[in-house]
Amino acid sequence: MAQALRKTPLYDLHRDLGAKLTEFAGYEMPVQYGLGILGEHQHTRTKAGLFDVSHMGQVILRGRSYQETALALEKLLPTDVLGLEAGRQRYGFLTTNSGGIFDDLMFSNRGDHIFIVLNAACKNSDIKHLKSLLEPEILVEEVLNRALIALQGPASETVLGELNPQVKNMKFMDVETLLVSGVECWISRSGYTGEDGFEISIPATDAESVTRNILLNENVELIGLGARDSLRLEAGLCLYGHDINQATTPVEASLNWAIQKVRRANGERAGGFIGSKIILKQLDEGTERKRVGFLPQTRAPMREGVEVFETERSKDRIGIITSGGYGPTVGHPVAMGYIDSKYAQNKNNLFGELRGKRVPVKVSKIPFVPLNFKR
Amino acid sequence: MKFTEEHEWLRIEGDIVVVGITEHASTQLGDVVFVELPEEGLMVSKDDEIVVIESVKAASDILAPLDGEIIEINEALSDEPSKVNEDPMGDAWFFKMKPSDPSQVEDYMTEDEYNKLIS
Repeated sequence: MAQALRKTPLYDLHRDLGAKLTEFAGYEMPVQYGLGILGEHQHTRTKAGLFDVSHMGQVILRGRSYQETALALEKLLPTDVLGLEAGRQRYGFLTTNSGGIFDDLMFSNRGDHIFIVLNAACKNSDIKHLKSLLEPEILVEEVLNRALIALQGPASETVLGELNPQVKNMKFMDVETLLVSGVECWISRSGYTGEDGFEISIPATDAESVTRNILLNENVELIGLGARDSLRLEAGLCLYGHDINQATTPVEASLNWAIQKVRRANGERAGGFIGSKIILKQLDEGTERKRVGFLPQTRAPMREGVEVFETERSKDRIGIITSGGYGPTVGHPVAMGYIDSKYAQNKNNLFGELRGKRVPVKVSKIPFVPLNFKR
Repeated sequence: MKFTEEHEWLRIEGDIVVVGITEHASTQLGDVVFVELPEEGLMVSKDDEIVVIESVKAASDILAPLDGEIIEINEALSDEPSKVNEDPMGDAWFFKMKPSDPSQVEDYMTEDEYNKLIS
């Protein structure tokens, strides 16, 4: 029997405000609202967009101290958890024995515990993974009674600042507990669009009223998953299950920047995480393929699955697109994917195979748009 | 005017047929960002995939509704694909064709029948 779709605490609000709903990771989620995907994308880049991301996993890890919890978690990921200051957030990924990515995540040091935000589609397996592999002293608690929203775009600070001026003091990747419309919210200055903005965890019972208060600001529009995807693609951010998965390693995925020195060979806490042997070796020696950006040279979008070749006639593919589509801010198709590392710096035309035709495409730097974080 | 189950409209102008997609189809597609048209002079068979439309969401094909020759394409759509959303029933026609068997047109729906299909 098919399982009933889950609803977020903001489901009624979506219905009320004209969302077009779709199934995503077992939830009934808004894919777009009245503005449409293009309009929502542009609105987020120029003003502020509000996203319901309550389907994502929110998890608290709690040991006797932050230090104990951090050291336990460091066995599951190649990230510097111990060195993260209180009130700060960091990007990381759980790894597999073969060096692949089990899931990517955000974690923050909230003083005496670690707060994690996980991908919706992976959260159940992630929680199992955490529970089975962390020492029994570390409690793994899924936060089921809070919604999660993201406010993204250049007007975000002004919008949220009207409800609590203290948010203006936060910098990119800061986390704080602050009142918004009288409700205690867990706020981080981060997001998945390449824009400045905030992610706000709200008690489920107050989620709709807080969200409606934010929406009262004329600069804010609700944004669906459709524009969320084109925004993150232009920003060069990976989508788990597409650009990264258990068969891609962090080094292949060009995520070396998220593996801090302290966890690398000769670091103070080198290795000691799942798959470390392979990942440390790859950091040292490089990999045969690498995640890069791709810029199609015609107006035809190149989407996930398009194969990349060196010439119009060559037989063996040298790369594959893992995410792609039209970039509304770029005004042109954009994509990312993997390529044979020999070609990662290639400046010449390569060819993507679209409907049996070889269409020129170039390797490109990512992100495709400037990142507007408040550092 | 005639309508296909593939949400195309056919406007008969003498011995040529103008083809586009319906308002309903353009709404369902979402914002159109790319249109690839066939070449003028191409001989096509009914149900050949001859146009590719890409919206922000996905790619879809448009089929030749009739056997015949493509005699004109709407090149303006290549530069301004968004016209497909703005005026699908008018300015954003895709191609004109000269059917080799004009009676094939009779197989398609009237406007009333089409409206019933999408209601």
